[in-house]
Amino acid sequence: MKPAEPVRLTTPLSEDQARSLRAGTRVLISGTAYTARDAAHKRMTELLAGGGALPFDISGAVIYYAGPTPARPGKPVGAIGPTTSSRMDRYVAPLLAAGLRGMIGKGERSDEVRQGLSRHGAVYFAATGGAGALLARHIVAAEVVAWPELGAEAVRRIELRDFPALVACDSAGGDVYGQGREAWVQD
Amino acid sequence: MREISAAEVSSAVERLASKSAYHLGVDELSALTRALGEEKSELGRGVLEELVKNAAIAAEGEYPICQDTGLAVVFVDWGQDAHLSGGSLQEAVDEGVRRAQKKAYLRASVLGGPLTRKNTGDNTPAIVHLRLVPGDRVRIVVAAKGGGSENMSRLEMLNPGAGADGLVEFVVRAVREAGANPCPPIVVGVGAGGNFERVAELAKRALLRPLGSANPDPELAALERRMLEAVNRTGVGPGGLGGTVTALAVHLEAAPCHIASFPAAVNIDCHAHRHGEAEL
Repeated sequence: MKPAEPVRLTTPLSEDQARSLRAGTRVLISGTAYTARDAAHKRMTELLAGGGALPFDISGAVIYYAGPTPARPGKPVGAIGPTTSSRMDRYVAPLLAAGLRGMIGKGERSDEVRQGLSRHGAVYFAATGGAGALLARHIVAAEVVAWPELGAEAVRRIELRDFPALVACDSAGGDVYGQGREAWVQD
Repeated sequence: MREISAAEVSSAVERLASKSAYHLGVDELSALTRALGEEKSELGRGVLEELVKNAAIAAEGEYPICQDTGLAVVFVDWGQDAHLSGGSLQEAVDEGVRRAQKKAYLRASVLGGPLTRKNTGDNTPAIVHLRLVPGDRVRIVVAAKGGGSENMSRLEMLNPGAGADGLVEFVVRAVREAGANPCPPIVVGVGAGGNFERVAELAKRALLRPLGSANPDPELAALERRMLEAVNRTGVGPGGLGGTVTALAVHLEAAPCHIASFPAAVNIDCHAHRHGEAEL
C-alpha cells in the first residue's frame, strides 16, 4: 500500500483545523512556530501564573520543543530536531488555556496533556528524533525573541517550510504511541 | 620515558568530537540500512528513511547529525610508560571539547550544576574515564552522549537468583519504559556484575564496541541475541511509532561480583551512535 499523501498545514492553526486532524496522519507544516524547552517553559508558566504576558502571541501558536546547535554563517539555524516532550508535560495546561494550539516534539504525552488536547481543541505532532540535520532544511528563518541568556534554550521565532511531522496525539483521544504501538507487540 | 603533551591530547579530542558529530560510523549506517529492509511497519520505515537521509545531509558538513551533540564522555587508556606534560588530563580533554564546540558549531549542552542550571557555554567539563595500562601508547575514545537516551538509563541490584531470565526481563522493561524518548532504533549497553559504580561503567563501555559485534564469551553472546530478540518484540519500533526494529544491537559486558549481589545496568544510546577513537 502506498503511504497517504501528507496534509499541508499553515500556522497559526484554528481550533477547527486542530480538531480535524487524526493521529497517524503525516503533515507538512509551514508558517511561524516558536522553540521552547525546559527552561523557557518554566519561565513562561511563571509569567502566566503572575498575570504577565508571554514574549509572543500564543493564540493559535505552535511550540516546537527544540534547542538547536549554533547557526553557521549564512544559515538561519543549526541542527534542530525535537527533544523529549514528556519533560514539558507539567507546563502544558496553562499554555493550552492561553491559546496554544499545537506542539511538536518526540515521544509519549501524559494523560493530562492528552485530555487538554480534547478540551481545548489542540494537537501534538511528532517529528523524527535525531533527524536534526534533515529538519534544519525546513527552517527558513529564525530569530531569538526571548531570554537569549538561555543559549540553545532561548525562545526563537522560526519559519517552517514543509516541516515533516506526524499527528501523534489528536483531540479525539487518538495516540500513535498507545494504539499505534500495540499492534506491534509480540508477546 | 615517552612524553605526550597536553596539546596532543587536546587536538585528538577536538578532532574526534568534531568528526563524530557529523559523520556516523560505517557500522551504524549499515545497521540503519539493514533495519530499513527488515522493518515491517510503514511508519517505522518512514522514520528509518529519514534517518538515512539525515546522516547523508549531516555528512555534507553544514549541520550536525543531531542538535543534541552530547556530553563528551572520554575514555582514556594511558600507557604507564608515557608521561603527560604541559597540563592536567582533564584540562587537556576539556580544551579539545571547547575547541570542537566553537569550531564545529556544536551545542553547549552542559550546565555547571543540576540545581543552579547555568550553562557553562562551551560544553565542558567532559566526563573522563582513565585507566592505566601497560606500554607507552595512549588510546582515546570520545563518545558524544545525548541527554534523551542517557535519561533512560537504569541501574538495579537484582536478586542474585534472578539469573539470565531476570536480566533479560530487566533489560526489556527498561527499553519498553523508555519508549520513544531515547530515539529508537537504539543501541543497548548492558552491564552485569561488578558493583554499584562498576556496573554503570560496564554498560557504558559496552556501547563502545563495534555495533552488533558479539561478546567473545559464547554464553554472553547467546544472551545478547536473546535480549535483542526480546527487545524487538516490545513493539516500540523506530521513533517509538510501533514496529519491529526497536534496537539495532544489544551489547552485554559482565564482571565478577559479590556473593550477595547481581548488579545490572542498562545504558541506552540513540541511533546517532557517535564515537571516535585515536591512538597517540
